[in-house]
Amino acid sequence: MIAYTLKRIAIAIPTLLVLIVISFLLMHAAPGGPFTSERELPPQVLANLNAKYGLDDPLWKQIGTYVWNIVTGFDFGPSFVYKDRTVNEIIGAGFPITLTYGLLSFVVAVTVGVSLGVAAAVRHNSALDYAAVGLSIGAQVLPNFVMAPILVLVFTLWLGWLPGGGWQGPETWIMPVIALSTSFMASIARITRSSMLEVLGSNHIRAARAKGLPEHRVILRHALKPAMLPVISYLGPAFVGMITGSVVIDIYFSTGGIGKAFVDSALNRDYAVMMGVTILMGALTITFNLVVDILYGWIDPKIRY
Amino acid sequence: MVATAEQTAEQAAPAAGRSLWADARRRFFRNRAALLGFVILVFVTAFALFGGALAQWSGEELDYAVMGQVAELGGPSLATGHYFGTDDLGRDLYARTVQGTQISLAVGVIGALIACVVGTLYGATAGYFGGRTDSVMMRLVDIFMAVPYMFILILLLVMYGRSITILFIGVGLISWMEMARIVRGQTLSLKGREFVEAARATGVSAPVIIARHIVPNLLGVIAVYATLLVPLMILTESFISFLGLGVQEPMTSLGALISEGAGTIAYGTTWQLGFPLLFFCLTLFGFFFVGDGLRDALDPKDR
Repeated sequence: MIAYTLKRIAIAIPTLLVLIVISFLLMHAAPGGPFTSERELPPQVLANLNAKYGLDDPLWKQIGTYVWNIVTGFDFGPSFVYKDRTVNEIIGAGFPITLTYGLLSFVVAVTVGVSLGVAAAVRHNSALDYAAVGLSIGAQVLPNFVMAPILVLVFTLWLGWLPGGGWQGPETWIMPVIALSTSFMASIARITRSSMLEVLGSNHIRAARAKGLPEHRVILRHALKPAMLPVISYLGPAFVGMITGSVVIDIYFSTGGIGKAFVDSALNRDYAVMMGVTILMGALTITFNLVVDILYGWIDPKIRY
Repeated sequence: MVATAEQTAEQAAPAAGRSLWADARRRFFRNRAALLGFVILVFVTAFALFGGALAQWSGEELDYAVMGQVAELGGPSLATGHYFGTDDLGRDLYARTVQGTQISLAVGVIGALIACVVGTLYGATAGYFGGRTDSVMMRLVDIFMAVPYMFILILLLVMYGRSITILFIGVGLISWMEMARIVRGQTLSLKGREFVEAARATGVSAPVIIARHIVPNLLGVIAVYATLLVPLMILTESFISFLGLGVQEPMTSLGALISEGAGTIAYGTTWQLGFPLLFFCLTLFGFFFVGDGLRDALDPKDR
């Protein structure tokens, strides 16, 4: 178990380094420097700017410095567009917001999805089961950028129940969380349902029932754990999807999270901020996948490396 | 009597000999959801290809009669010739939806093709050679899969200009990993078969064996996952276009149209969101249903 965990960590660290180096090389190879604009800069000014940001160093030194600053000080350097702001400040302003509704959405998607899936499997072929299946088929075509305008249309413009955006308190959290979690909730419900159905048909469940255990104990103690394996392996992709989806949420609901900084920097060609966000999101994803892998190895005793 | 006649027909049919593909086709068309998906796809494709012929306006000219009063005058109507209404600038939404559907379908199909070719070659190579090559190649796939590609793709689009070619290729290049895994698994089980052994014994080289003996036997699996990849490609493209970073004006895609419509719902022009959304959902439903149907038809052991 410990060897397995260490092995996973040993894979995660080079992955992160590769991600940093690749995004740095992409930025370096891009046509036009960060200071290319409509107004041609005098060569001396350009040289001074390049010297200030360390862009006249040899490539290996630039990469080395960049990686070193991130690893040792979590420092992504200065923004290329806003002269008085660092990438850390820009990201730091939005990150708590993204984290809040991201975690909420994740918890909602997992708890509602798993409960719905288990309920549908236990009441197989009932109205509840059909409703759950119908919902999960429908939600496949309702990604966050479709859910967001529909929610605003219904709850803000027609019913007037909820504010259409902003980040001022729990009632502004509701729509972002629903928009972000719906499609993942549906997927989790579908995966839970089919794996639960399979587990409920297996021999150890029949044995548990035969020895006279009450049904809720059979389901919670004997069926749930093995049925969770496919769900856990879906959590990684779901996490990536939610992180990506947060960009839409920030743009559409003006929540002020990190996605707004990302799209703004994409439109401004502020490479430093874009890279900072990409690397941060990549690091989060890799860490999360690491946790999921370890969790998987812990739940499933058959996994041996 | 009728039942007996049917039974005789059922029994006689295998004697006539059905190919694998004919068998799959029969199963596919018996599946109601798949059939519905197929009909939807035919309709959406026809709309994308020939819908332009019915348009009374081009997607680029402005209708000065409704300009400035889009919310009052720009709604869907047969009288003005704007079947789906106009967009915020007074352009015909019907013509723009036709164009958006074309672009979205094209991105979906081309992206899925790229993902298929790369994923199949990669997976078949890893699976066929096995051993250390395989474990290195698949470890790389594991690493690639842990990266949030949407950000990298947007990074690429911004740095190298927001051209539609990069969008097409990029969407495909970020999605081949799942395909590579599936193909590798299938190749592992195929390469021990006698016909591969026979080919190897007669001295056929590895690339030829992969291209002539392994890949043709995987076509069923590839077809299924290709169909399921198309809607994912469309989702990716629409996501990027929704953020305003994908397809650029005057060209449009369903994602860009949904984005425009979503931005103007506060002014009471709900049709600007509704029609693109309808075609978006129809297209996705169609591909998902057909993909699931194909999986059931081509992979009977999985039912």
